[in-house]
Amino acid sequence: MGGHELMKYTGNVIKYGDNVDTDVIIPARYLNTSDHKELASHCMEDLDKTFVSRVQQGDIITAGQNFGCGSSREHAPIAIKASGVSLVIAKSFARIFYRNSINIGLAIVECPEAVDGISEGDKVEADLDSGIIRNLTTGKEYKTEPFPEFVQKIIENGGLMQSIANGIIA
Amino acid sequence: MTQKILAAHAGLEKVQAGQLILANLDLVLGNDITSPVAIKEFAKLGKDIVFDKNKVTMVMDHFAPNKDIKAAEQCKMCRDFCGEKEITHFYDVGKMGIEHALLPEKGLVTAGNVVIGADSHTCTYGALGAFSTGVGSTDMACGMAIGKAWFKVPSAVKFELKGCLRQYVSGKDVILHIIGKIGVDGALYRSMEFTGEGLASLNMADRLCIANMAIEAGAKNGIFEVDDITLDYIREHGGAEPVIFKADDDAVYDEVITIDLDNIEPTVAFPHLPENAKTFDEIGDIKIDQVVIGSCTNGRLEDLVAAADIMRGHKCAENVRVIIIPATQQIYLDAMEMGLLRTFIECGAVVSTPTCGPCLGGYMGILAEGERAVTTTNRNFVGRMGHVGSEVYLASPATAAASAITGKITSPWEVMSL
Repeated sequence: MGGHELMKYTGNVIKYGDNVDTDVIIPARYLNTSDHKELASHCMEDLDKTFVSRVQQGDIITAGQNFGCGSSREHAPIAIKASGVSLVIAKSFARIFYRNSINIGLAIVECPEAVDGISEGDKVEADLDSGIIRNLTTGKEYKTEPFPEFVQKIIENGGLMQSIANGIIA
Repeated sequence: MTQKILAAHAGLEKVQAGQLILANLDLVLGNDITSPVAIKEFAKLGKDIVFDKNKVTMVMDHFAPNKDIKAAEQCKMCRDFCGEKEITHFYDVGKMGIEHALLPEKGLVTAGNVVIGADSHTCTYGALGAFSTGVGSTDMACGMAIGKAWFKVPSAVKFELKGCLRQYVSGKDVILHIIGKIGVDGALYRSMEFTGEGLASLNMADRLCIANMAIEAGAKNGIFEVDDITLDYIREHGGAEPVIFKADDDAVYDEVITIDLDNIEPTVAFPHLPENAKTFDEIGDIKIDQVVIGSCTNGRLEDLVAAADIMRGHKCAENVRVIIIPATQQIYLDAMEMGLLRTFIECGAVVSTPTCGPCLGGYMGILAEGERAVTTTNRNFVGRMGHVGSEVYLASPATAAASAITGKITSPWEVMSL
């Protein structure tokens, strides 16, 4: 992974509200496994039973405040990533979910204006390198802050472990 | 306090809020759910050893004693890894307790430490004056490999505690009150620092409980100013030499919130967020099906004593299942010697071996559709303790015990006729 081309994401939006917690993203009763596909098969189950059947490769989740609050379970971003979601745009993220996503290479971005301006089913294109989110359905554009350089490096190296393997972090 | 500890562990004279740093770790923790993912990540580096076998700990507490075959395999993976890497502090069934009760009890954390744990409630050790925070499994793997973690230095909210808690009111009521006031993201990315003359009336169980739930306000960590109560605790439990970091007089805070402990009442957080805190003047008749007293938040000896004081001589209400879980083997033993287990069993409660089981809807007390529980745990999200149509009400051990007797959500003040 790495390279700026890969910081571009296009997909249809599945929209949720505030305080989506890790217990609904992946209920603890499924934490007796770390198999990515199995986790993905229960993703969002307690919030939205239709998610697993309707999510398409590349889809984008938008959500309100404090997305991913609760448990530190990395199984949550893993389940989202393995379900095919390419990017999560939220008004804000809970901090452990935020760092877990960076560490495992799930693209995330905070942009309250975009969340308010994007509806369920809209087609959205995001370029995290330039920080531009474009709603292709409405034609509206939103600007976000780019990641700090240190975080950018982790993402470009394909996650935290790869950054250590590559000698970026020692 | 947090910024000073982080600076010292990053080899820097000073750090500022927002700065990204790489800090040296004094302890890296994982449990039977998060460690398997970390072990797989660690394996990708092809390293034979962890950075320091005395500074990595794994506790089999979530789904242990193994609840099913998959859980058994996850525990086995941890056991094999710890054996292979000669990890000193591996806690399996028989030695284990709920991690955040166990580590302070074993003296593994001291004031001034930087601790990460692949469990969100790792923030508990802030009660000891440590910087301690929950991370994910990949961070744990990185910590095991190089003994470091990256952090964005948090800004801080100061909680100035005044006064003294009333009878049957505890740290749990304080933290539910605070989260009710500031919300589940009220301290997002920030440090909650607890100080003030009111500290004198908070025992270590109260402080550990308050720091434990800092994450439920979105905080990066919760940290208490170190005083004699902290130092006595560390000494009694054989902790390493404490290093005390004090906030400067001119330290910068995002906000200063004064909490008058005299005014804190028994408080209950209603479904489905910990911020839905209510006091009993706002609570009507709510019938319950289950009570759980335990967890990393409230499974300590002081918590069991508080519950037993209320349950002694009473019977649990008809059709209410009461589950009591001492958080560690030592607490279990102490509770036995003090006669608390007899009190609970005579009252009609069950007493279980230490486990996180019911708190996260793992096992040992799952709720059916439409059922309600009053619990001393830390989260009341949708489906947290079982069916998505069940409800969890968070409360103190005293309130949970009072509710166990009456079969509805009840203030300990009412039962003890204060």
